[in-house]
Amino acid sequence: MHTYTLSELAKKLRAKEFSVTELTQALLGRVAAAQPKLNAFVTVTAEQALAQAKAADAAIAGGQAGPLTGLPLAHKDIFCTAGVKTSCGSRMLDNFVSPYDATVVEKLGAAGMVMLGKTNMDEFAMGSSNETSFYGPVKNPWDLGLVPGGSSGGSAAAVAARIAPIATATDTGGSIRQPASLCGVTGLKPTYGRVSRFGMIAFASSLDQGGLIGLSAEDCALVLGAMAGFDPRDSTSVDVPVPNYMAELDKPLAGLKVGLISEFFGGGLNADVEKLIRDALKVYEKLGAKLVDVKLPALPLSVPTYYVVAPAECSSNLARFDGVRYGHRCRDPKDLMDLYKRSRGEGFGAEVKRRIMTGTYVLSAGYYDAYYLKAQRVRQLINADFRRAFEQVDVLIGPTAPDVAFAIGAKADDPIQMYLNDIYTIGANLAGVPGISVPCGFVRGLPVGMQICGPHFGESRLLNVAHAYQKETDWHTKIPAAFAAEKLS
Amino acid sequence: MSLNRDQIDSIAHLARLSLTEAEIPVYQDSLSKIVDLVGQLDAAPTAGVEPMAHPLPGLAQRMRPDIVTERDQHELYQRNAPQVEAALYLVPKVIE
Repeated sequence: MHTYTLSELAKKLRAKEFSVTELTQALLGRVAAAQPKLNAFVTVTAEQALAQAKAADAAIAGGQAGPLTGLPLAHKDIFCTAGVKTSCGSRMLDNFVSPYDATVVEKLGAAGMVMLGKTNMDEFAMGSSNETSFYGPVKNPWDLGLVPGGSSGGSAAAVAARIAPIATATDTGGSIRQPASLCGVTGLKPTYGRVSRFGMIAFASSLDQGGLIGLSAEDCALVLGAMAGFDPRDSTSVDVPVPNYMAELDKPLAGLKVGLISEFFGGGLNADVEKLIRDALKVYEKLGAKLVDVKLPALPLSVPTYYVVAPAECSSNLARFDGVRYGHRCRDPKDLMDLYKRSRGEGFGAEVKRRIMTGTYVLSAGYYDAYYLKAQRVRQLINADFRRAFEQVDVLIGPTAPDVAFAIGAKADDPIQMYLNDIYTIGANLAGVPGISVPCGFVRGLPVGMQICGPHFGESRLLNVAHAYQKETDWHTKIPAAFAAEKLS
Repeated sequence: MSLNRDQIDSIAHLARLSLTEAEIPVYQDSLSKIVDLVGQLDAAPTAGVEPMAHPLPGLAQRMRPDIVTERDQHELYQRNAPQVEAALYLVPKVIE
């Protein structure tokens, strides 16, 4: 039952081919068997999962099941879960048991979904390889010597290895789309403000957005409907009605205008990856789409813009970790300053400290105008580029990442090389637009993702365009050989 | 641009981070490279461009009515605190 998509599982549970408890037990078995290989989980919540499964079975038996009742998922360990450790991949929060649920956790729990556990991630979502986690790197299920991407690497690896059919994730600069690409699964970053950030530990508040990593666009559509929506507890949540994302999935694509961002082709893009994207575009042409070249001239500045805005917001958000109210505290502080400095120095890992210091520098007296205000002006230009593009086309299609997964350790000592992994994904965060990464082939046996971006609140169209491709191709159904068997050794 | 040791010390102090001796040259090197990377923004033509305040056009940060919505759950919240006494968070002596 591990190979079924969420949509298939929903049908089989309703047809009583197996119970939610049986499904949950089978997946918990896979989670445990895969953990030594993948390190995809920080915490497994077997007891809660079985209790939720029992309740779901009762709801199904009593005829009170909703569309998501009994469907299993994993939550990225950035989402607060009441009574369960919420570490954000950091030593700082290794001892933190959240007193409350994130809105996303609450909503999906109320919809009857079964939480298998909390997935590993780059520390505080800062990283593109899952190597910055306090709990060690997650491995790529396609090759255990390679990174799964990040920061939502645990979520992507878990879904790719079919140990969880779907997982929540978050995306500040590409943290849903890039690992989805590197692991051969589907990753949706919704519009900024579409999904509540309440209880989602903050990294960069003007960029962070919660979303999903799943086996198909259809599965993402199914869960997004229950996850999205206005939340008065998140001041950046936007009060726009949530459409039925399933309703437009099968809309024909005839007449669809697809924009190709000239700036995304050539340059540092692997030629074999580029060929797969061009092949995917041919599928769209066959479906009646028209390809249009578009220019987003400010987009090449998205990486430097991001590395001012994101660290600046990170340095401010992470100021809350002071060793006083929660989180790590150093031993025997000699005074309050020593308590702050050593608690933070010990509790945060190397990359998080780098981002905090970068942010502190760009916001410090005398530099604010030159860096932060300048970056916010360039961000306005990037935003205007996207706005103009969406006046000409319905969606933008291009690569998600410049290359396939790389070896663990290969870029760990070179932050700039690491940052360039997100060169194609950061633009959508700066502009606040939604994006989805969809598997579109393999290079040297490793998966490649195609990225589709749409205008603000264009998730329905985005999912429709991704689903149309997945009906024509089977890349998203490929399973890494080591995880194909029902019983993992 | 190259950041010197004093600058790293001062940034780490402002950020309330203790660094080990071994970490200082590492951050000196990588922060200098990051400052060079973000230096690419200097050449961007932004005269007359308003700094972006919100990713969604026309939207600003929403305000809520100034009323109490939370109930007192300090015992639950303080379970995560390193040191608490009589519902107060304890820190080293601040005033002699």
